[in-house]
Amino acid sequence: MDIWFFLIQVLNGLQYGLLLFLVASGLTLIFGIMGIINLAHGSFYMLGAYLTFWLLQSVDSLLLAIVLALPISAAVGYLIEALLVRVLYRRDHLDQVLLTYGLILIFNEAQRMLWGGDVHGIKVPAALDWSIPLTDTLSYPVYRMAISAVCAALAVGMYLVIQRTRFGMWIRAGASNRDMVAALGINVNLLFGAVFALGAVLAALSGAIAAPISSIGPGMGDTVLIICFVVVVIGGVGSIKGAFLGALLIGLADTFGKVLAPDFASFSVYAVMAAVLLVKPRGLFA
Amino acid sequence: MTRISRRGVLQAGAAFATAGLVPTRFAIGQTAKVRVGLMLPYSGTYAALGEAITSGLKMAVNARGGKLGGREVEYILLDDESNPGKGPENASKLIAGDKVDFLVGTVHSGVAMGMAKVAVDTGAMLIIPNAGVGAATGPLCAPNIFRTSFSNWQPAYPMGKVAWDRGMRNVVTISWKYGAGEEQLGGFEEGFTQQGGKIVKRIMLPFPNEEFQANLTEIASLKPDGVFAFFAGSGALKFVKDYAAAGLKSIPLMGTGFLTDGVLAAQGAAAEGVLTTLHYADALDTPENRKFRAEFKAFSGKEADVYAVQGYDGGQLLAIGMDAVKGDTAAGSRAALIAAMEAAEIKSPRGAFTLSKAHNPVQDIYLRQVKNGQEIVLGVAHKALADPAKGCKSA
Repeated sequence: MDIWFFLIQVLNGLQYGLLLFLVASGLTLIFGIMGIINLAHGSFYMLGAYLTFWLLQSVDSLLLAIVLALPISAAVGYLIEALLVRVLYRRDHLDQVLLTYGLILIFNEAQRMLWGGDVHGIKVPAALDWSIPLTDTLSYPVYRMAISAVCAALAVGMYLVIQRTRFGMWIRAGASNRDMVAALGINVNLLFGAVFALGAVLAALSGAIAAPISSIGPGMGDTVLIICFVVVVIGGVGSIKGAFLGALLIGLADTFGKVLAPDFASFSVYAVMAAVLLVKPRGLFA
Repeated sequence: MTRISRRGVLQAGAAFATAGLVPTRFAIGQTAKVRVGLMLPYSGTYAALGEAITSGLKMAVNARGGKLGGREVEYILLDDESNPGKGPENASKLIAGDKVDFLVGTVHSGVAMGMAKVAVDTGAMLIIPNAGVGAATGPLCAPNIFRTSFSNWQPAYPMGKVAWDRGMRNVVTISWKYGAGEEQLGGFEEGFTQQGGKIVKRIMLPFPNEEFQANLTEIASLKPDGVFAFFAGSGALKFVKDYAAAGLKSIPLMGTGFLTDGVLAAQGAAAEGVLTTLHYADALDTPENRKFRAEFKAFSGKEADVYAVQGYDGGQLLAIGMDAVKGDTAAGSRAALIAAMEAAEIKSPRGAFTLSKAHNPVQDIYLRQVKNGQEIVLGVAHKALADPAKGCKSA
């Protein structure tokens, strides 16, 4: 393997990893702070992609479609938290799993009723629809680089919000002692609703920005969900920093697994997960 | 089409079970209906395919006054969920519980294998309107199992010669690592190496992984003369787009028709120039196909596709068999029914075809190419191609 080939594959791995981070960050946020195992997280990914596809039929700009899709996703997320999830905070994890699994089925059926069983694609916006030549046969799509930049920027942004702002402080406090935060006069219900909505928005945003380079079809959220859980477990439940490193690790493992050991490609990410958990049973940053 | 829930089917089945014996032929003063069990995907990824097949089959029966061999038809719909685990159980339920005279299904090869095994065990009449798994008309072939679609090998094999004739000598093949992927790549590789071509590398991705970037980089570094790919549905849509975006368009992309069928519009400019082989093409310019497409549009409200054709031909095959025995589905007429179906010449929108001894269509495979966003038929890649039916003892 020559050095160029190697470097391009590293780029592929990082790019895939950054996108995984964006999806997984919402999951780890909800899991870590609210203690809710949200199996419906992949459904929000699907929701983001379908909303973008649907909105693009009435508006011209991808950016505008994404911007419009986010508040809708936030509202759906907030309503689900307020009406359903809130009832289950003091209940067993298994009850939460049952609820959010049920939500997957409802989301998938709603998708079928609203948008049908066909597979759709949307165009990469013209301004980003070109490629940078890397070798004489290979070039790198600019849109993929733009996605990576957006994901990296959001990773920094999220870190700053959680570590440096008052909202971030409430979130961290709410996670460690819910009753004390409530006693100090903070509306915990509103706070948790906001966090759940934020998680939903992060997933929807990933689905939306990935939509031009993916297939928008039934069940698209289900495949994402599994790999997200791998990322969250590797990173350590609830840790944004861990999700970031875990996602990059998985992106690289998947990329190199396919090239170096194609017969074991479906196994490579799980091998990495097993190795990490052997050394650090609670994940990288738990 | 109205959607039938599994519970609805169960209730219907229970109602029949309690209603006692259903006469298979002539009850006093009236004729019992022919019971056709449609075990197809009505939910999930393949729902649209299941619906197209159903519409096609019903349209063929309706064209004969809604009757098969003079008897009214009753359809029993069952959603197979494309779940291979439930295949045998669902097939048995339709055969033993609903007492269907004919079982029709399905799209997913894994489910179809389960159905074929049940058909072999019970002797029930089975018509496969899509699933291309080689074994169904190979090792599992049986007098009572028919297929109106294709075998996975069939549309892929002729592309080997096409690639060679177009000057390609080194080709990379890529697909998902599962049955259909291996059989389709195998078909192409057999055709291509027979001419003297060399397969530089066969890339198999875990099913249904759609992250192709690493392998596209690999293809670029291998610099082959061409790439043969088998993907379908959302994977096909994404692969063709990613292939173009990775700057690989200077290397010709080939595949079976599943690479572009149904997703061509969504692929847009990325699909330009893609070469495919298949036993059908929407753009096939024959009076039969034009007529079929117009009637299908009027019947179902949707554009016809290869799945609609396969369902339609399934209905035609049923009609030919039932006409020959004048609607008698009793065991005594079974041999005559099978003989008539075996000898059938089906006037299909894809062009007339007959069935091989293993009951798979002997059919023309068309060469198609995307030009200006349209699928153009370049010609016939292989005339009257029969699947070799490897492992079938009766062929």
